[in-house]
Amino acid sequence: MASSFVYVTFIRTTPDKLWTALTERAFTEKYWFGAHLVSDWKAGSAWKIIMKDGRVADTGELLEVDPPRRMVVKWRNEFMPELKAEGYSRCVFDIEPMGEACKLTISHSIEKDHSKFVEAVSGGWPRILSNLKSLLETGAVTLPDSP
Amino acid sequence: MDDDAVFKALADRSRRLLLDRLYRNNGQSLGDLCEGLQMSRQAVAKHLGVLEEANLITVQWAGREKLHFINPVPINQISERWIGKFELPRMRVLSDLKDALEKKPRK
Repeated sequence: MASSFVYVTFIRTTPDKLWTALTERAFTEKYWFGAHLVSDWKAGSAWKIIMKDGRVADTGELLEVDPPRRMVVKWRNEFMPELKAEGYSRCVFDIEPMGEACKLTISHSIEKDHSKFVEAVSGGWPRILSNLKSLLETGAVTLPDSP
Repeated sequence: MDDDAVFKALADRSRRLLLDRLYRNNGQSLGDLCEGLQMSRQAVAKHLGVLEEANLITVQWAGREKLHFINPVPINQISERWIGKFELPRMRVLSDLKDALEKKPRK
């Protein structure tokens, strides 16, 4: 059986703004513990996360890119050998407009029982998403610093 | 999201038990969640509805099976809003106190 987690948050913003916040450095650095993403955001393109200190956290490939609605990332950890050994996970970002807000669903899964990778990201995503919600709704994050 | 809905959903032992079971084993069907519980299937389904309404769980279809996943985002928001905010000043007070006490002996 696979290990998976599904995170949902409702953010009072537009799909376009949310998409920008998920992809652009000026935003991710504020809510993703100082990290930024490098990609040209096209299906089939390479994708990576660079941490605040310049190390590469994760790498992968964009499997689907449909702005501002859906993005699927083939995602592997790079800096923790134990997690890297588990191989590629799949992370799906879905944005659905709902009235004056957007529903953001992030489904992160890996074809492995009791995955250490999924356990690790399950600690990070809730904080990243709370920060993202605060940033888009109030212009500030609650916990700007590292995990 | 509505904090009232989250607190209301959490203010019930059975619903907290269901969240604990999903935390241990995420992505279960209604049938899986009913196993070993002293509750009717209808009661469990009703509790799951309240949890879903509060965004504490989310459902995804896997073929014909409806799977339930715990969603920790609202709990994290409550923790930041109701714990983090109050903890930080208290920790600062303690570290100020420590500084003050440690400085004293050397006169």
